[in-house]
Amino acid sequence: MISVRSLSKRHGEREVLVGVTARVARGETIAIVGPSGGGKSTLLRCLNYLEDFHAGEVEIAGVTLRPGMASGDPALRRLRTRVGMVFQQFNLFPHLTAEANITLAPRVVKRAAPGDAERTARALLARVGLADRAGAYPHELSGGQQQRVAIARALAQEPDVMLFDEPTSALDPEMRDDVMEVIRGLAQGGMTMLVVTHEMQFAHDIATRVWVIDRGTIAEDGPPSKVVDQPETAVAREFFSRLRRTSR
Amino acid sequence: MTRQLALVTALVTAVLAGCGTRDPEHGGTLAELHRRGEITWGADIQGGEPYVYEDPAQPDHIIGFEVDVMAAVARRLGVRSRMRQYAWSNLVPSLERGDFDVIANGLEATAERRQRILLSEPYFVYAETLTVRTDSDVRSVFDLAGKRVGTLNQTYAHDILRMLYGDAVKVYEGNEEPYRDLELGRTDAVLLDNVIADRYACLPSHPALRCLPYDVARGTYVIGIRKADPELKAAIDAALAAMRADGELEQILRKARLWDARQRDAAPAEGQVIRPRALDGDMVVQFLAAAWVTLQLSVLAFLLAVPFGVLLAVSRVYGSAPVRGAARLTIELFRGTPVLLQLFVLYYGVASVVNLGPVEAAVLGLGLNYGAYEAEVYRGALLAIPRGQSEAARALGLGPVQTLRHVLLPQALRLALPPMTNDFVSLLKDSSLVSVITVIELTKRMTIAAVDMRGWLIPGLLCAAMYLALSVPLSELARRLERRLARDQRPLAL
Repeated sequence: MISVRSLSKRHGEREVLVGVTARVARGETIAIVGPSGGGKSTLLRCLNYLEDFHAGEVEIAGVTLRPGMASGDPALRRLRTRVGMVFQQFNLFPHLTAEANITLAPRVVKRAAPGDAERTARALLARVGLADRAGAYPHELSGGQQQRVAIARALAQEPDVMLFDEPTSALDPEMRDDVMEVIRGLAQGGMTMLVVTHEMQFAHDIATRVWVIDRGTIAEDGPPSKVVDQPETAVAREFFSRLRRTSR
Repeated sequence: MTRQLALVTALVTAVLAGCGTRDPEHGGTLAELHRRGEITWGADIQGGEPYVYEDPAQPDHIIGFEVDVMAAVARRLGVRSRMRQYAWSNLVPSLERGDFDVIANGLEATAERRQRILLSEPYFVYAETLTVRTDSDVRSVFDLAGKRVGTLNQTYAHDILRMLYGDAVKVYEGNEEPYRDLELGRTDAVLLDNVIADRYACLPSHPALRCLPYDVARGTYVIGIRKADPELKAAIDAALAAMRADGELEQILRKARLWDARQRDAAPAEGQVIRPRALDGDMVVQFLAAAWVTLQLSVLAFLLAVPFGVLLAVSRVYGSAPVRGAARLTIELFRGTPVLLQLFVLYYGVASVVNLGPVEAAVLGLGLNYGAYEAEVYRGALLAIPRGQSEAARALGLGPVQTLRHVLLPQALRLALPPMTNDFVSLLKDSSLVSVITVIELTKRMTIAAVDMRGWLIPGLLCAAMYLALSVPLSELARRLERRLARDQRPLAL
């Protein structure tokens, strides 16, 4: 489903990603963890080309990404209808209701009939537990509800891959569980997912694989039982022990 | 425009001076100017050649036939002569206030003026001259029914035309423009005095124009003196009579190429007093019509300004380097030069290429100018939208245009609404500038009515009331729209 080959990216002199190579099979759920500034979010954003990269190649959901693609490239359009993205800050459109947030892309990009788009939106809202908030504007929803609408919005494009960029980091602890529950449901439904997260529980219980990213490379890659419980590298050991201390 | 500004200044002056009460202290000027050794006289160099103007060879030097006349009068009074620069339409109130001793600047002897100040014997006789296009069948001022006639504001010619044809007259502020419009076919005739006609129309360089050889009417230029100074009037009249007798006046007028047979004829009678108008139903209807013009101009100009502004703003924020540069240049050009200049260029400057009507030119000029201002408002609003919004739209597969149309512009417009309301109210008032290209809107109507009624107070209040009647409901409408658009957003607590 995803193949990353020698992906490199610089911010000026600083190397953010250094020749990252990885593969993800259909139905896998990857938890991406690691210290701040290690390149987790940048890797995720390169995968749907919100950020350009300097060298390497990405194949994702049947689309090949290379450095220097123009913003109007039809391949990118294809990419974004097949890869959904959820942001740390939700980024719902404040001038549209929850339902209109979800129907916008199907109507505009896929030219779905308004009736069909609405039906899909209602079903998705029910799936994330917000069937009764279709007419609410973003500011009328709690952070956790907004993030669930954002997930429904990404799902409305019927993507093959979902990318989550710290989906619960901006939320109060009591709201994280609702969002995590939705993501867990997706994982169980067989969606291919990459989730940048600081949630130990998630990495441990839901992910099929865990990547520890540090200084622009994947320092450790393996099943959670191995990476979380018996990390091999110093950076992973240090990271998980600090996480355990702070989450207690 | 300068005259219009001057009229407003005159309004303020009149109000400050207690609505034109005259200071009785300002008698005894003859004795005073002998003490001082100098006579001061008010004039406006904007009137140009041949009256009082800057010497082209020596621009800090003021020349003109009235400079010569006043020098001769002063010499005969035994004093020096000194010109004081004042806006022409402000000369009479300034004389009354005592800013200078007399007026000598194409001041026409009319019965109305004589009621307010003393007038000397004439030093020049002029004739109202009718100018038409060479192919015209107009033979006299009485053939003008249903035709478009131009003249200068606040002149005797303007009075004559209004007496004959009411308000169907195009009123200009500069000497050149009436004849330019006549050549372009925008009017059918121009009535102005021969001093102007001889210099701006009846010339071989204007083959399309013909000046009819009959004097429509004659009038005289006189020196204006305060009511309290009859002894000064007697002294000046004596000086002028002596100049006429010994040929000095003829010599001065010949030097300025103004001497003609009319100067030897008996001085023409003054026209009868036109009674001041009162506030009546007709005038209210005229004000309402003018308010309608103002509203139409403003709405149409704004309907042009908004899309033009959006285009410029989007080009500046998202365009490629050359597009950004072009948008910025356009904004600077329209924002950095006066609207007045843009209106002149649109109406007169490009007339030989595109012959725009005054209303079209006004809408275009105001629309482009305000579009440049709107562009910066929209640009600010676009930049204020968080970056995550366009990222989310891109991640959903929306293209650049779809992102703009469905995500960014709706949010930007909501942010821009308060400054847009502000700009529209400002445009409503700036639309008064279009009177320079002969459109009679609310402010122009007010200045005309103020002259007709011999007072500023009532037309001023009526005009202010109408501007408010236009702008207040509009602000209210914008407030409601703002509230409706903002239903998706709570105001942030402080």
